[in-house]
Amino acid sequence: MNRSALRAAVPPLVALVVLLTLWEGTVRLLEVPRWLVPPPSAIGAVGAQEASSLVGAAITTGRSALVGFGLSAVLGVLVAVLLASSRMVERALYPYTLFLQTVPIVAIAPLLVLWFGPGPRAVAVSSFIVSLFPVIANTLTGLRSVEPSLRDMFRLYGARRLATLWKLELPAAMPHLFTGLRIASGLAVIGAIVGEFVAGFSEGTAGLGILVLGAYRQLRTDLLFAAVLAASGLGLVLFGVVSLTGARLLRRWHPSAQGT
Amino acid sequence: MAPISGSGGVRVKVEGLRRTFPGNVAVLSGLDLDVAPGSFVALLGPSGCGKSTLLRLVAGLDRAESGHISFTPTLERPQGERAPIAYVFQDAHLLPWRSVLDNAALPLELTGVSKPERQAAARAVLDQVGLGDATDRFPAELSGGMRMRVSLARALVTHPRLLLLDEPFAALDELTRGRLDDQLRALWRKLGMTVLFVTHSISEAAYLAERAVVLSRRPARVVLDRTLELPVERSASLRTEASFAREARLLNEALEQGERW
Repeated sequence: MNRSALRAAVPPLVALVVLLTLWEGTVRLLEVPRWLVPPPSAIGAVGAQEASSLVGAAITTGRSALVGFGLSAVLGVLVAVLLASSRMVERALYPYTLFLQTVPIVAIAPLLVLWFGPGPRAVAVSSFIVSLFPVIANTLTGLRSVEPSLRDMFRLYGARRLATLWKLELPAAMPHLFTGLRIASGLAVIGAIVGEFVAGFSEGTAGLGILVLGAYRQLRTDLLFAAVLAASGLGLVLFGVVSLTGARLLRRWHPSAQGT
Repeated sequence: MAPISGSGGVRVKVEGLRRTFPGNVAVLSGLDLDVAPGSFVALLGPSGCGKSTLLRLVAGLDRAESGHISFTPTLERPQGERAPIAYVFQDAHLLPWRSVLDNAALPLELTGVSKPERQAAARAVLDQVGLGDATDRFPAELSGGMRMRVSLARALVTHPRLLLLDEPFAALDELTRGRLDDQLRALWRKLGMTVLFVTHSISEAAYLAERAVVLSRRPARVVLDRTLELPVERSASLRTEASFAREARLLNEALEQGERW
């Protein structure tokens, strides 16, 4: 780690230590019951004790989130390309994609169980539905934001529709696409956990959603906190991988990735 | 490195061209212009008079309501042939995700030329514009002048018979602009293509062109069509000579007259 990275890491670490100390001290001083707000030390202890089940649950949830995210990335780009193909298609179909943005996933999760059965498939579909819209919306913006003069140049040189899409529109949309993917990565984990609340009961290792539900029912608030932290960590890992991939692909040409 | 060679110029004949924009704004209303093959013609006129519209119509990027544009020899090209018309825009308009080499090779790539062939052609033309050592760099790593030279290289890589330039150097500083003017004129003399150059700068028009056409405010009509009485060999010192000042004054008077039309 170089000096500037170290300097950047110090303030948030100091803030974290201060926050945890305050939390621990307040809970102990006021003798807050553990089932209501556990001290960070108890969360740390249960995290260490239940590490293997937490990691197993994170892997199960992560797998479903990854499938949902992957589907969103592929289908989101395809739908955006379709919508960008003509203004008429966009006008006809785009309002319906907004449905994905507004659908209450908790309300339709039971439908997913009916259609896909309980288990990872329904969970992945839940993750997919929640994370699809930002990919479509951002990619569409990117495809639409190509400079008219560049389109003219492609026309002048007789480029076919597919060549214009492949060599101009999609590369130009990459920064927007990665913005959409970054948003989608966090939502994919949220969608998977919500999906598990309703559809996560099946054979095999339970996911973080089931772990959260179980901890809640047993009033094991420290385990609940640990599971929530693991879910956040999972979201951060996916977000980090997407961000790094984007930065790597865009670093030589897009200001958003320069200096990363 | 193989030097690039010219493919000769083309005659451009514009007859009765009419183009109206929404709101019944007539930009061109029966414009005529005859450009000899291999000549360098500067188009001057007030902002919004229709110079860029004329260029776009000649390039086939826009359609006129009436009138006719013909090229001799014809510019119809069989499938897979290199594009005979090239266009340099006001901004360099490079693809930022492509290296300098891949930007310069783009027109050939779009017409299906094989990778080794198009890269060799792009290297040759980048050498010609003085960017032979910058082929692996990306547009974000270049100065404005270098970006414009890549844009010029991209236009020349197809060995066009007609080169259209729409105020290409307007955004550059005076020094860079002067250098690029020299480079453009040298390339034109070497390659022999027909050049239509839109500019707002009287000095640039007089320095570069053999012939200057001054248009009135819209709908554009020809106020002055003049073959410049200047030597073929031109260098920076020409700008201080009496002959240059006389031509510049004539163009300036025509521009002022065109504003009043």
